[in-house]
Amino acid sequence: MDKKKRIVVIGATSAIAEHCCRLWVRQGPVELILVARNVALAERIAADLQARGGDVGVSVETMDFLSTKAIADAVARWTAQAPVDVALIAHGVLSQQQPCQDNISRARESLEVNGVSPVLFAEAFAGAMERAGKGTLALIGSVAGDRGRRANYVYGASKALMDRYAQGMQHRFAGTGVKIVLIKPGPTDTPMTAPYKAQGRKLASVESVAEGTVNAIERGTPVAYLPRKWQLIMFVVRNLPNFIFNRLNI
Amino acid sequence: MSRQLQDTGPAIPIGMGRSYGDACLNPGGTLLDTRRLDRFHSFDPEMGRLVCEAGVQLREIQRAMIPRGWSLPVIPGTQIVSVGGAIANDVHGKNHHRVGSFGHHVRNLRLLRTDGQIVECSPGVRPDLFAATVGGIGLTGLIAVAELQLQPVTGPWLDTEILPYRTLDEFLTLADDSEPLWEHTVSWLDCTSGRRTRGIFLRANPAVEQSGKPPVPRRRAVPFTPPLSLFNQLSLPVFNTLYYHLNSYRGGTRRRPFETFLFPLDDVQDWNRLYGPRGFYQYQLVVPRDAGPAALREILDIIAKSGQGSFLAVIKTFGERASPGLLSFPMPGITLSLDFPNRGARTERLFVELDAVVRAAGGRLYLAKDARMPRDLFEASYPKASELERFRDPGMSSGMSRRLMGR
Ligand SMILES: Cc1cc2nc3c(=O)[nH]c(=O)nc-3n(C[C@H](O)[C@H](O)[C@H](O)COP(=O)(O)OP(=O)(O)OC[C@H]3O[C@@H](n4cnc5c(N)ncnc54)[C@H](O)[C@@H]3O)c2cc1C
Ligand SMILES: NC(=O)c1ccc[n+]([C@@H]2O[C@H](COP(=O)([O-])OP(=O)(O)OC[C@H]3O[C@@H](n4cnc5c(N)ncnc54)[C@H](OP(=O)(O)O)[C@@H]3O)[C@@H](O)[C@H]2O)c1
Repeated sequence: MDKKKRIVVIGATSAIAEHCCRLWVRQGPVELILVARNVALAERIAADLQARGGDVGVSVETMDFLSTKAIADAVARWTAQAPVDVALIAHGVLSQQQPCQDNISRARESLEVNGVSPVLFAEAFAGAMERAGKGTLALIGSVAGDRGRRANYVYGASKALMDRYAQGMQHRFAGTGVKIVLIKPGPTDTPMTAPYKAQGRKLASVESVAEGTVNAIERGTPVAYLPRKWQLIMFVVRNLPNFIFNRLNI
Repeated sequence: MSRQLQDTGPAIPIGMGRSYGDACLNPGGTLLDTRRLDRFHSFDPEMGRLVCEAGVQLREIQRAMIPRGWSLPVIPGTQIVSVGGAIANDVHGKNHHRVGSFGHHVRNLRLLRTDGQIVECSPGVRPDLFAATVGGIGLTGLIAVAELQLQPVTGPWLDTEILPYRTLDEFLTLADDSEPLWEHTVSWLDCTSGRRTRGIFLRANPAVEQSGKPPVPRRRAVPFTPPLSLFNQLSLPVFNTLYYHLNSYRGGTRRRPFETFLFPLDDVQDWNRLYGPRGFYQYQLVVPRDAGPAALREILDIIAKSGQGSFLAVIKTFGERASPGLLSFPMPGITLSLDFPNRGARTERLFVELDAVVRAAGGRLYLAKDARMPRDLFEASYPKASELERFRDPGMSSGMSRRLMGR
């Protein structure tokens, strides 16, 4: 018998992450460690995954996502039990731009939750995966990290931090068994974007983005824009000259 | 959630919005979107009992449970419907003659009422509220959680057989002969061939040998809405003749994955676009077994004369089992499901003629497919509708309930 895949999900109450877990459970024997701030919700998600799957182990943990000690200790504990096959780092908050400009402590919160915290988790996992010689480390970035815009550059800059960090790690692990995967979703139908949905914006389905995420992790794709069309769109956006870009209201 | 419900005013739950009519529409009111109520709560693998939220899609249940040896006993012609929608329309499948309708397999329901109450009901506890809720088109409250009894299956493969027939009597004989021996029966009928009835009878049983993984279904999509309906007087007979001969030619037995046999449209995204911008109407009727054959002959005549052929005419016999809901559609008899491109007043005139035959035969129309039945036909054909009043949630109302029940 194949041994169970071991997967740790940070920010496991994220809708995208939850749908990834549903796909993993469907694929076969798996042990999931769900790490979340909201334990009650994470427990409901764990019950769902348990009920869906046959040979599935699910456990729930909570911690302070900004404490370096908590992160280092937890990752050490998970990776000491057995090698972790996949770590998915999913948490994030779509911070509003104006409050961040009005109050720099809000800007700091956004930068920390969306940028600093995920890369610290990544760094902690990277060390353990390096020692194990294998493992896939996936981070959920965003198309918003590709170019700063007045509408959301605080959020965008924190995702850009993640982008450059992932790029550096890909360089570090090139040619090894450790894979670094950066997921860049476009606007996706999750609780995070509920206000946009109410405005009638077109959003990708969370199921399709989760499917793309699981596939990218399976293949070790370094950067995955989801849905795929965002790769082309962001190529254009990144390369627009300033005299045009600055006039756009995006 | 129940607090949220209290502030919304006249509201109606919506599942996957797969009903064709106004059962899940509420002009001027609120739609209670249940799609995020999509978690399983627990599964008992010994007894095959699943507790899940009402927004879970039937396809999600099948994908999770078939590999574990269990299946939903009843699935309609598409798997992309919610548990709540399947209960609220008490849907039926191609195996109605064996297992009855969806409501027969519901063991317990948790209802959220708009006054904030949470009420449990089941065939044993508050059975009258249960009977009002099964098939109750959302009017007794929002179904939040359901406990379902699944049935054991050996795998995803079906042994299928295709038999062409040339008269309605031949169809009835095939249906009667097949019911005791075959789990799924359904038939496709060509309504464009005038007085000559012809059709394809399909029947299937779970394959004894379940080896091999089922192929992943190919997804196709209709990328845009053509400016005109692709189904018109000229093209329909051609489609139908082609379909008939293709299937007569392919006839005989084959092993197929259950998904392609039971849900042929689920892999063609946005198939309804083929009908063009004006869309189409569904018309599904059931007539009791005794009066049935004569009534069906009359109906087919009327359609042939009208020149408004139906692309998908599906005919099936229902079993004897009494339906569990006050407004359940199935009755022992024969059901015919037709769809017509919308041609405005002409189409409505045709429906009025068909209504008269259905009424005279003691039959009824399916609420899940209806957007236009007159109120008196509803009252005559759903005699238990008045009993529902007592159990209605005063905060729930839909386009359909206002049209057919006055509020
Ligand atoms: C291609 C196709 C094939 C079909 N084949 C069949 C078939 O073979 N047999 C059959 O019986 N039907 C068939 N149908 C009809 C379909 O099964 C029903 O319309 C079903 O109810 C749709 O479920 P839904 O989740 O989309 O519900 P909706 O259409 O969104 O809602 C249906 C009704 O259920 C109510 N409702 C939904 N969720 C809840 C809830 N949580 N609590 C309370 N009320 C709720 C709504 O208020 C509404 O009255 C078919 C439909 C299609 C599109
Ligand atoms: N949805 C989109 O359109 C979109 C587009 C591009 C990128 N993304 C990225 O995709 C990832 C997943 O988002 P989603 O769409 O699935 O949204 P979501 O369902 O709203 O999930 C957000 C997750 O982040 C967690 N989180 C937020 N702040 C936290 C904090 N301070 N500490 C710990 N956890 C915190 C939330 O936990 P709680 O449950 O405790 O709140 C939740 O699990 C995010 O990184 C997001 O930036 C989303």
